Amino acid sequence: MTQYMLSVMGREGDPQPSDAEVQQIYQRVDAFNQKITAAGIWVFGGGLHEVSTSTVVDGTGTDVVTTDGPFSEAKEFIGGFWVLEAPDLDAALKLAAEASQACGDPVEVRPFIDEAQFLAEHGIDA
Amino acid sequence: MTDARTPAAGSPDNAPGAGLAADQAAIETVFREEFGRVVATLIKRFGDIDLAEEMAQEAFVEALQRWPRDGVPPNPGGWLTTTARNRGIDRLRRESHREAKHEAAHHLYGEEQDMPVAPVTSVNDERLRLLFTCCHPALATDAQVALTLRLLGGLTVPEVADAFLVPERTMAQRITRAKRKIKAANIPYRVPRDADLPDRLKGVLATIYLVFNEGYLPQSGEHAIRTDLCHEAIRLGRVLRDLMPDEPEVAGLLALMVLTESRRTARVADDGLLVPLDEQDRTTWDRTLIDEGHDLVRWCLQRNRPGPYQLLAAVNAVHTDADSVEETDWRQIVALYDQMYAVSPTPVVALNRAVAVGEVDGPAASLAIVDGLALDSYHPFHATRADLLRRLGRTDDARAAYDRAIELAANPAEIAFLTRRRDALTAGENPAG
Repeated sequence: MTQYMLSVMGREGDPQPSDAEVQQIYQRVDAFNQKITAAGIWVFGGGLHEVSTSTVVDGTGTDVVTTDGPFSEAKEFIGGFWVLEAPDLDAALKLAAEASQACGDPVEVRPFIDEAQFLAEHGIDA
Repeated sequence: MTDARTPAAGSPDNAPGAGLAADQAAIETVFREEFGRVVATLIKRFGDIDLAEEMAQEAFVEALQRWPRDGVPPNPGGWLTTTARNRGIDRLRRESHREAKHEAAHHLYGEEQDMPVAPVTSVNDERLRLLFTCCHPALATDAQVALTLRLLGGLTVPEVADAFLVPERTMAQRITRAKRKIKAANIPYRVPRDADLPDRLKGVLATIYLVFNEGYLPQSGEHAIRTDLCHEAIRLGRVLRDLMPDEPEVAGLLALMVLTESRRTARVADDGLLVPLDEQDRTTWDRTLIDEGHDLVRWCLQRNRPGPYQLLAAVNAVHTDADSVEETDWRQIVALYDQMYAVSPTPVVALNRAVAVGEVDGPAASLAIVDGLALDSYHPFHATRADLLRRLGRTDDARAAYDRAIELAANPAEIAFLTRRRDALTAGENPAG
């Protein structure tokens, strides 16, 4: 099994859904969540507040710098995500298709690093 | 060939040189033919593309050392697979201080050391798995083609780079990135299930056809035709047809390739010039391939589920059915291009249709269509215009069109052909016609 992050990609300027639409989205997403939970492949997931609620902390320099707003000025942003397990990419892509239909946004699929493999590749003894 | 895999042949016991050169060429041919099988089999065994590729390479280096001395073994593919597999097992054993790998090595070494090489049918299945993995839609098209050529076709990275006019470093990065994605994202090593097949098949067919075209009309290098790539594409097409005997587009692609291939030797003259269809010696066309292609096209017609490959194959069937260009059923070809344009209304299809129209209604009718197409950067557009203008006696316009076509063309045989036509214009040897 490989762990994948399914990121919900929102786009700046997307129309705000009506309350009725939001309700439908919630119902569909809830059904999807129940399905992957029942299948035992749910790891973690959730929706995120809008981009304006984010704060960036940069501790790479001598001082820790805290700034308001997202890290990049991108027109796309992550609106929420699932972390789930799938036997391979084809299975993950199928789930992503369902997830995208449920939430009404495109979904990006990205594999998590397999820790044991990563350590071995970089010559780090566990 | 000058790449990393040849130095081994230079060892002293490989002398004398003259015999060696022939042997080396023969070994390279065997290697090219067997590489995909060896790699596919090893990926299945080790679950690791990089390891499979490296071990196949090492087995080849060993073959270059041994075969000139001992002779090519009766089953070279089996020899290469066994040698590569044993090297892979040795490699894993050496690295077995890591626990997971130790287990894998122990398992492999303990149980498979003396196992016979798998029979050919299952190797074909392995190659198909590899083909569908290389052509996975999660990979970019250029990466799909590059991986297919490298892993199934056995081309070296410099050769793949050369085939696509990109620097070797760029191609190496592209291939490495693609293999990394296969591993990290866990792209499955299998033929997709029935429900997914039609979609996934399109990508596979497109990749095979790209390989074929790169062989048939290389865009770079000194070769007018890369026979090895054509053969590799046809071989992949046959494997695919064996596995999916009910798919009309699979049959269509195979028919298209064998019918195109049937004319290959007639297509380039001894002096390297491209010979146009109307000047080809049709007696040299390969009858066996033509018969195979016609059978496939007939089979497709019965299915009555036409697609782009089947239609192109049908056009080629009409050409290969005629004893001369005059006896060609051009109306049938126009009708087929009409059908193709209905499915895929691209300017390139329109251009091909216009050529056929020129044979039915004359060059003026054809030029009227061609002049309306937005294909200024496409050299066949200018070559077609040049020919039509030549036939209409508009010599100066024809010369300008040839110049533009020559400027844009990359294939040496094509450039030579276009240059000859243009120079014949200058010499006044082409009366209007």
